[in-house]
Amino acid sequence: MNLFTIAWKSIRQRGLASSLTALSVALGVMLMVVVLVISGALRAVFSQNTIAYDLIVGPKGSGLQLVLSAVYRVQPAIENLPYLYYLELKEDRRVVSAVPMAFGDVTEQGSFPLVGTTPEYFENEYAPGSTFRIRGKRINANFDAIIGAEVARSNGWDIGSQFKIVHGGADGTHIHDEQFTVVSVLQQTGTPNDRTVFVNIEGFYAIEGHETPLNEVEERLKKFYASSSDRLKIALDQIAEARALDEAESASGHGGHHHHHATPDAAKEVTAILIRTRPKSPFDAINLSSDLQQGYQAMAVNPIVPIRKLMTDVLGNVQQGLLVLTVMIILVSGISIFVSIYTSMTDRRREIGIMRALGARRGSVFGIVLAESVVLCVGGGLLGWLSGHGIAVIASPFVTAETGLLLDPWVVYWMKFTVFNFEIELPVESVLFPMLLALATLVGFLPAMTAYRTDVADALSS
Amino acid sequence: MSLLLQSVRKNYQEPDGTPLPVLAIEEYELVQGEQAALIGSSGCGKTTLLNVISGILTPDSGQVTVSGTDITQLPEVVRDRFRAERIGFVFQTFNLLPGFTALENVLLGMTFSRNRSDRAFAKSLLERVGLKDRQDHRPGRLSVGEQQRVSVARSLANRPALLLADEPTANVDPANQDMILSLIRETCSENKVTLLMVTHAAEVAQKFDRVDRLQDFNRPEPASREVVL
Ligand SMILES: Nc1ncnc2c1ncn2[C@@H]1O[C@H](COP(=O)(O)OP(=O)(O)O)[C@@H](O)[C@H]1O
Ligand SMILES: [Mg+2]
Repeated sequence: MNLFTIAWKSIRQRGLASSLTALSVALGVMLMVVVLVISGALRAVFSQNTIAYDLIVGPKGSGLQLVLSAVYRVQPAIENLPYLYYLELKEDRRVVSAVPMAFGDVTEQGSFPLVGTTPEYFENEYAPGSTFRIRGKRINANFDAIIGAEVARSNGWDIGSQFKIVHGGADGTHIHDEQFTVVSVLQQTGTPNDRTVFVNIEGFYAIEGHETPLNEVEERLKKFYASSSDRLKIALDQIAEARALDEAESASGHGGHHHHHATPDAAKEVTAILIRTRPKSPFDAINLSSDLQQGYQAMAVNPIVPIRKLMTDVLGNVQQGLLVLTVMIILVSGISIFVSIYTSMTDRRREIGIMRALGARRGSVFGIVLAESVVLCVGGGLLGWLSGHGIAVIASPFVTAETGLLLDPWVVYWMKFTVFNFEIELPVESVLFPMLLALATLVGFLPAMTAYRTDVADALSS
Repeated sequence: MSLLLQSVRKNYQEPDGTPLPVLAIEEYELVQGEQAALIGSSGCGKTTLLNVISGILTPDSGQVTVSGTDITQLPEVVRDRFRAERIGFVFQTFNLLPGFTALENVLLGMTFSRNRSDRAFAKSLLERVGLKDRQDHRPGRLSVGEQQRVSVARSLANRPALLLADEPTANVDPANQDMILSLIRETCSENKVTLLMVTHAAEVAQKFDRVDRLQDFNRPEPASREVVL
């Protein structure tokens, strides 16, 4: 028999009190693990790993809103950019890939966002090192659609499914007449792409009512190219041409119903442009972004920056608050362990006297009581750690199905410390368990000291 | 020689601070393997004497030599270790741990010595006291006679040189008293353990070849009067 066995027996003897105190430690640690797993999943969603583009270009305004709408598709678009401008960026020597995005509408079933883009979107990586896996054929017709895994699962759609979309403007109830057909399904990516329906950008323009009236386009072009008169001239010429064509059509008797013909590029608009700059030129993105800032009514943001700010501002604080709460629970559990052991000491005076009479040293009986506290604290902690991760393992498929959030049940949360100007990172467990040990020592010390000081002759005669 | 007390003095303190002399023994000796009964009335210092011999209490002065070692000279931790390895204890109130089975209580008797716990030996001791089939019972489920037999087994678990028994039959029903007494005496002679049993009952002491009366060689009273006056 060793000291831990003896301690364990004493714990078992006070079964109810012991298990309650250990469970409260377990509860605290379990909640801590759950908080870390959830915030880890949110962090992963909002981390740079969800997008492999260096810049997102959009109309001047809030960078955060641009990223939330273009990358996360949880915010409506603000305004549009000329399609011409996309063509122009595409030619910039610093740009390796420019992908236009047009969005604003949602599916009638499930309200998933509809994004018009080009095939290039699927050729590029969706996250660093990850390429799309697509089941089905390419988009051919205007009203062909590629759907994300979550859309397929949640709506029960597969290749061949047909659907309609709801116009995303102020009149949120207008259903477009066009019938779309699913031609391919994306494999799960763990990114907002899973919740998105993609159509060809030409298809997007072809949707009735997506064409902006030429007058409006003209106004916007004038504003956008205010400081670039030659580009404005090219654009306005195109518009004039298109207007002439329209008028000729109405004159020739096609009046009444609006007839589709190829929209001139100048009349097309995109909501955002995703940019990848040259791989080994880290300053391309910065240069490009400052060029934009000066030249046009547009801005380019690094998709990571506003999100990281959001993370630290909101998510970081919420997480911190929750962690503080779990630490409090653990501390209170520590106090309950103290109370439980300390009140048991009166009853155990005799047992301690007996052990001393059998030759136990003061240090040994001290150790036995301390071991009890350690077993309750660290054992409870271990239990909580396992059950926290266990809950994550069990809940992960349900959470993914409900929210599209990919939980990593065994996520390692790295804590940053600054020690003498060195920044070190440690997994939270390497801090948690020593802390629990320290707590155990702290709360076990006083009762252990009582055991240490027990007067043997006195204890045996009582 | 296995036990030798020389000039041992032990005083307690009265609540008002005046010393209360309990032990004043010039010399008392037991040779190796001897079995002695020590008679003394209640409150005359028997338990105190055993505590001094086992090193649980330190005398105010004098030497307590057990197996050739003057334990009063040892630091406390060494004395504890000495007690763990050389001395066995049988108490009046058995003093078994309630949460431990019979076997575990016996094993506890080996835990604090340097020797490794010897389960087989612990079981053989329980078998010797006739509790082979009760080894997994807790004390609460044993009769008082059985409980005292467990504690006899425990007292021998560390293969002691000296066994101290403090009124071992006082809390046992009369039917079991003789049996416990014989068991202690037999196991001690089988294992060549020196035995000192203290009791207030003359009929218990009679069973022993050697019977001493504590008041014959322990004279604390006169000394105390002199000190106080
Ligand atoms: N810790 C103590 N403080 C003061 N007096 C004590 C203490 N322990 C015992 N005594 C007294 O010392 C005397 C001897 O006690 P004890 O050795 O227990 O006697 P016995 O075992 O022979 O009945 C008694 O009068 C008792 O009241
Ligand atoms: Mg006594």
